Amino acid sequence: MIPDVIERDILIEAPVQTVWSVITEPAQIVKWFSDTAEVDVRPGGAGTLGFTDRATSQHATVRLVVEMVEVPHTFAFRWDHPEGAKPDESNSLRMEFKLIPEGAHTRLRVTESGFERFERPADEKCAYLDAHNKGWDAHLASLREYVAGQH
Amino acid sequence: MPSASDEDELLWEAIAEPSRRRVLDLILAHSEATPTMLAAELPFTRQAVAKHLAVLTRAGLVEGRKQGREMRYSVRGDRLNVASQAMAHVAERWDVRLQAIKRIAEARAREAQPDPEPPDRGSVGK
Repeated sequence: MIPDVIERDILIEAPVQTVWSVITEPAQIVKWFSDTAEVDVRPGGAGTLGFTDRATSQHATVRLVVEMVEVPHTFAFRWDHPEGAKPDESNSLRMEFKLIPEGAHTRLRVTESGFERFERPADEKCAYLDAHNKGWDAHLASLREYVAGQH
Repeated sequence: MPSASDEDELLWEAIAEPSRRRVLDLILAHSEATPTMLAAELPFTRQAVAKHLAVLTRAGLVEGRKQGREMRYSVRGDRLNVASQAMAHVAERWDVRLQAIKRIAEARAREAQPDPEPPDRGSVGK
């Protein structure tokens, strides 16, 4: 079946502090994640990630709220909740970065969870689909390629 | 025929909601199920089950055939596979991002503590 959690890890030949700055500093985030990034790195801090679909030039902005900051070991945020809403388990995805020292190196583990918890009442369907699709824009681009490849 | 983007939106819509995933799981478990069976085993009304089945059918994840007075629904493996692949794509995307993080962090670590013989002089002292 389809998993609810995506977990990936990688060993990086750099100290945890260096990896920490790459995943939390907006100037670094734009090198590996989004096209624009703003984030207030403290619990409850808000942020936005901007993604531009190169094929369509369509721009999508995804909101995030920082959930956990344990320098330099844990950084977690919720994202993709509707505008004006408080992110929780029912309306957002949770991203967590764990930095585990291995000698002078760092194992970075990323967990994205909550795919199963997207739940909205039927009468919010339109708003839901709208927010959902915007938030998933970046991911959908690859799904589109995949689906297009099926025909 | 719906376009690819209409199709994947339908697919996401269908699999993103947990109650619908339960309907899908239950049909998978039974190979084939009627709305009556599903409503009996799930804490949803018959009407809610019918709605979920309509969404799943529209996304092409299940198909119904009429037998006697009731429809019998089964899961379309090919479409379920597409949905699973979509999730696999999200995972692959993370592999690409993690590789990028690794590259950036390792370059910075080398800058901070240059090797006596740096392999790439161009990147030193950026």
